[in-house]
Amino acid sequence: MTPLLAVKDLSVGFGKGAAVVRNVSFEVHPGETLALVGESGSGKTVTCRAILRILPKIAQIRTGRVLLNTPEGVVELSTIGDRKLRKIRGDQVAMIFQEPMRSLSPLHRIGNQVGEVLYLHEGASEKQARRAVLETFEQVGFPNPERTYRSYPFELSGGMQQRAMIAMAMIAKPDLLIADEPTTALDVTTQAQVLGLIKDLQRDTGMAMILVTHDLGVVANMADKVVVMHKGRVMESGDAEPVLRAPAHAYTQQLFNAAPTIPAMPQPAPALVGDDLILQLKSVAKTYALRASSMFKPDVLIHAVRGVDLNLPRGKTLAIVGESGSGKTTVARIALGAEPPDPGGEVLFCATPQSEAIAVHGMSKIARRAFQRQAQMVFQDPYSSLSPRMRVQEAMTEPLEIHNIGSRSDQKEKAARLLRQVGLSPDMLLRFPHAFSGGQRQRLSIARALMLEPSLLVCDEPTSALDVSVQEQILTLLENIRDEMNLSYLFISHDLAVVARIADEVAVMRQGLVVEQAPPDTLFYNPKHPYTKALIAAQPTPDIDRPIDLKLVAQGAGDPDTWPEEFRFDKTKMPTLTQLEPGHKVRCYV
Amino acid sequence: MSKLPDGRYVDDAPYDPEISIQTLERADMDASNMVLVWRKFRKHKLALVSGLFLLIAYFLIPFAGFIAPYTPNERHSDHLYAPPQSVNWFHEGKFIGPFVYPITSEADLETFQWVFTADETRPMPLEFFCEGGTYNLAGFIKTNRHLFCAPEGATVFLWGSDRLGRDVFSRVSYGAQLSLTVGLIGITVSFTLGITFGSIAGYFGGRIDWVINRVIEILRSLPELPLWLALSAAVPSNWGPVAVFFIISVILGILDWPGLARAVRAKFLSLREEEYVRAAEMMGASSGRVIRKHLLPNFMSHLIASASLSIPAMILGETALSFLGLGLRAPAVSWGVMLNDAQNLASIEIYPWTAIPMLPIIIVVLAFNFLGDGLRDSLDPYTS
Repeated sequence: MTPLLAVKDLSVGFGKGAAVVRNVSFEVHPGETLALVGESGSGKTVTCRAILRILPKIAQIRTGRVLLNTPEGVVELSTIGDRKLRKIRGDQVAMIFQEPMRSLSPLHRIGNQVGEVLYLHEGASEKQARRAVLETFEQVGFPNPERTYRSYPFELSGGMQQRAMIAMAMIAKPDLLIADEPTTALDVTTQAQVLGLIKDLQRDTGMAMILVTHDLGVVANMADKVVVMHKGRVMESGDAEPVLRAPAHAYTQQLFNAAPTIPAMPQPAPALVGDDLILQLKSVAKTYALRASSMFKPDVLIHAVRGVDLNLPRGKTLAIVGESGSGKTTVARIALGAEPPDPGGEVLFCATPQSEAIAVHGMSKIARRAFQRQAQMVFQDPYSSLSPRMRVQEAMTEPLEIHNIGSRSDQKEKAARLLRQVGLSPDMLLRFPHAFSGGQRQRLSIARALMLEPSLLVCDEPTSALDVSVQEQILTLLENIRDEMNLSYLFISHDLAVVARIADEVAVMRQGLVVEQAPPDTLFYNPKHPYTKALIAAQPTPDIDRPIDLKLVAQGAGDPDTWPEEFRFDKTKMPTLTQLEPGHKVRCYV
Repeated sequence: MSKLPDGRYVDDAPYDPEISIQTLERADMDASNMVLVWRKFRKHKLALVSGLFLLIAYFLIPFAGFIAPYTPNERHSDHLYAPPQSVNWFHEGKFIGPFVYPITSEADLETFQWVFTADETRPMPLEFFCEGGTYNLAGFIKTNRHLFCAPEGATVFLWGSDRLGRDVFSRVSYGAQLSLTVGLIGITVSFTLGITFGSIAGYFGGRIDWVINRVIEILRSLPELPLWLALSAAVPSNWGPVAVFFIISVILGILDWPGLARAVRAKFLSLREEEYVRAAEMMGASSGRVIRKHLLPNFMSHLIASASLSIPAMILGETALSFLGLGLRAPAVSWGVMLNDAQNLASIEIYPWTAIPMLPIIIVVLAFNFLGDGLRDSLDPYTS
């Protein structure tokens, strides 16, 4: 059988530099899903863009051929003229990009954007196009296709935008769909639903797909064939099942070991006990006032956090898990005193077991400086958390300078010692941060946070911008440091699987409320709340025998008013967080 | 590539799973911001040439008197409106070095124009490092040495002479002193105000931000030219040329700062969101320290670029004011003042060289724009 698409010996380079994609070959057969897997810089995106020749100007295809089997015979995409290629793009081969917001034009209605393909390729009339678009909208699961047709991109959520992108790619009934990290920017429950949708569509239409991803869990759920790439080269390729069951190459093996998973056979864990609390949040709420659209209307109040009580015992890790907009970052900022809570809320901090708890908000200037020495933060984006102007040494010694601690040589010595502790070498002190990789930079910011010898570290998604294998290393480092220095962590994450290994207790947040709270193993063993169940079910695991359970996801991921009676809450009425068993709290009516 | 029995391909090349975390990923980025910006700027040929040209131009300002063969207000009453003279090297096929032919003027009694005739039989070589009118080198060294001057009995008007018989080339060189520096003084004033107010508005936000923004809007809504006119008309007419010059630059600066303050505020707002700024705040750094150590250095380069784009506006502003007779006044010499003489259409038609000061204005303004463009493109060396 002739393959639908054959990539043979493809090499791509930028400018005069060495090739970033080297001798890549693979084939896609009709109806099949091929996953291109790799970390950042592996050349997976360049490869799939080279197929449609949508590379940046300075890139050239150096060797290789891309053959597409069309109804008119085999076409060599790498050499045909631009005009012919344009006919193929969008019609026979369609593409979905990572950021749906940036791929949709903000000035056009969704319906018109999606229908454009039909005008271009089939010369459809407006009426025909409209009918086809509405049909496709129905297919991709828009609850109200007519309304979606008339809306602008900003009116839709991220998941809905990605559905619109999928509709746009699907409407011309392409033979091949190239999806470049289609779900990376989405929340995990939305990701599960979008993946399910793509799978259904594929079954219905019989199109083939190239799925670019860094997540082996997504691969296990979607792919028939896998191509694992690393630094522009293919490390391993073949059918998904044998590759996922028994990785043959050391790199694939490494990716597997690094992928965070939810334990398959969890055991309930004992409740987290500890009377010596380092941090206490008492009914912390935060309301933002959004300026109203008209001066005659009152300001719109946004309830980012709606009453959160959390206790962090000394030396332990408390994780807050939730999707974007759940209020988890706001809680972290309030805990560190960067923002005040609404009146009535209180944050208490207790630096040492002997000292008295002090309120974080309402401290004197001197007490505040002392608090800032005790509580530090590790940020999400390693690329923006270090000033590009400062050498590593300046960045590291800055906290000591601010607090006037030690002489210059003491400060330098300490910086060198901490660099060694986070696994870097002291001769990096004179380098500039931009020379480092993401993982190295995250190590640097951890070392900087440790310079003041804090007792509490707030980690705001410290690994979500990193590659899987690096994420693994950073988590190990954080664990080691916690045990060596007896630190307490408040760990913010959107990823339940990441949290599973580092946290002693997990609080799952949704719409500003904690819906379930328990040690991670208890949570996995016996999740009570539909949202927690959805989160666990939506987590893609690189295990081919544990596919995503879309039914569970659909039950819990929707609005709180679609949940079963005993969990339902709205703006005014909500159940309380009830302890069902020792150390396991669920927000429900008992 | 080897093939496994189940149809899998596996790469055979040796693979090191422990990629050392000690190696630098981007060794080429291990340099200070200045170096990185310079590396990128160097590729911008037009901006590089413009920058070099401006550097030389500003370097030569103190030596304007030395380069000019005459002093700015030296009059040659028998050479009014003399056309540009050429400097020749060969006389009747024989090389004798740079020389001029002496010109004599004669009134045409029919048209009442001066008619100049060159005596092409008498080549008169130029003199170098000769003595001429006295001037102050770099503003304080009194000397009368000139790079070159006309021999006894001849004149050297490279770009002609004006209504009063003054050498246009010499006046353009002297004019550069004021015309080029007016931009620098103006930009200093505008920078001080713009950075101060812009950073206060951007960093503190809230009510202060609101007030500063409204002031900026009011200032920007005032019609520019009439305001200039009103302000310069308020300068007492008995003030000396230097005082007038200074006050004009300050006026230009005062009217320029709102634009800059807005740019600074916008940049501040975006930089404030950067995590390293947040990190510094959480370490307990004071606002002053955050602004000085983190915010200002990170957008200094943007400021330099926007300065190089607003200096030409100031130069043009000075020219416009002086052209209208409301800026600098004689005996001060600037390019605008010189163009004031060229206001008369008839004089441009008959004596086109009186409009020559336009050329340096165009060239300098273009050079600043090219330079600013190049700088702006190379400012952010971290994006690939």
